[in-house]
Amino acid sequence: MRDGEPLVRWAWIGDHVDELAHYTGVHLRLGLLPVLFGLIISVPLGMLCHRYRWVYPPTLTAANVLYSIPSLALFMIFVRYTGLTERTVMIPLTLYTLSVLIPNVVDGLASVPDPVRQAATAMGFSTVRRVVQVELPIAVPVVVAGVRVAAVSSISLVAVGQLIGQGGLGYYITRGLQLDFPTPIITATVLIMLLALATDALLVLAQRLLTPWARGKGAKA
Amino acid sequence: MNDLVNQIQLVGDWLTSSEQWHGDDGIPHRLAEHLTYSGLSLLCATVIGLAFGLLVGHTGRGAFAVATVANLARAIPTFGLVVLVVTLAGLSTAPVLVALVALAVPPILINTFEGVRGVDPDARDAAKGMGMTGWEVLLKVEVPMALPLILLGLRVAAIQVVATATVAAYPGLGGLGRYIVDGLSRNDYELVIGGSAVVVALALVVQAAFTALRRAVVSPGLRPAVTKP
Repeated sequence: MRDGEPLVRWAWIGDHVDELAHYTGVHLRLGLLPVLFGLIISVPLGMLCHRYRWVYPPTLTAANVLYSIPSLALFMIFVRYTGLTERTVMIPLTLYTLSVLIPNVVDGLASVPDPVRQAATAMGFSTVRRVVQVELPIAVPVVVAGVRVAAVSSISLVAVGQLIGQGGLGYYITRGLQLDFPTPIITATVLIMLLALATDALLVLAQRLLTPWARGKGAKA
Repeated sequence: MNDLVNQIQLVGDWLTSSEQWHGDDGIPHRLAEHLTYSGLSLLCATVIGLAFGLLVGHTGRGAFAVATVANLARAIPTFGLVVLVVTLAGLSTAPVLVALVALAVPPILINTFEGVRGVDPDARDAAKGMGMTGWEVLLKVEVPMALPLILLGLRVAAIQVVATATVAAYPGLGGLGRYIVDGLSRNDYELVIGGSAVVVALALVVQAAFTALRRAVVSPGLRPAVTKP
């Protein structure tokens, strides 16, 4: 860093509000769509693992192995197929969410008390209706706990995508390094943290709205 | 499919050319750098995370602080932190190692804490009733029963550190990430994909090592336990 350069030049932030807002939007899209895709994959897969227990260990091992691969390397493997596009960032991020989401869907379904399941069957619920109207809603707190972890990690990982030109706010991190100018790096890092924490708070709120029966009982997540 | 074969061939060509195995930019040297960064920071993080996690888990004091730290830490973008550290402190290894330690402590801390906290109170009471001291309860009952979660925390931390050490090549550090970053800037796809293959191989070895460790040290009475990050 140059001598005399302040940690944060506040005027720079003021001059870049519109641009920062644009990259914040891109960042949210790159970070949150993978969580949505991850959920779309994990719910049926988790239900399958819950129904047929033997499917679970290999599925979980596969998800954990994918999770262990560093993002930078995984991005590079996909560059060959999807180019320097947003997809190249979103596919690996989707794969990373699976190692958190699948076990939480399975644990959530396992948290449904057996008498509840039997009562639903006795009331004449078909299997599909029972799963959709009884079991999945009861699983919501545990699933949301997983979604929170996945969303926070995903949002903070997006920045690495800047190495292939698709990093949302990560743009300011590489830019700041090139210019030897800490303000954009600090701004982007703090913004990314705030986005992650705000998303986390919104998910807690969403869970309260989705599970009105758990309110006031100190819902565990 | 054809493309996949091509890609594997590319990796094969890159791995087998002799310049990859000598000198400062050879795989042995880069791998040694990578393992040094990761190993040192993981070691420091383990000492810190275990000490505080066991303390808070055993005494029950400071639980809220541990949960808050772990939540906040997950939100930190590792890439931003590493680049920031290099911009502020200049390009040397020590500051980046400090950043890696800071990233690795929270998963170890929270899982150790939760592992100890989650020990069946009956088991703890029985141990006390048998006349065990606080230390004995911790080392002979709580730690063995918390081991699956402690190891999970260590594994998540190790994965995190190996991945972040890769990214640390961008602001100019060594390690296996160099191949990817240099390959990108030179438009040398063979270098990029060769480097990625080595990084993936290292990650798989780390993952396998933790699976083996878990089999070796976790009491059979405790299987199967949770496995998620």
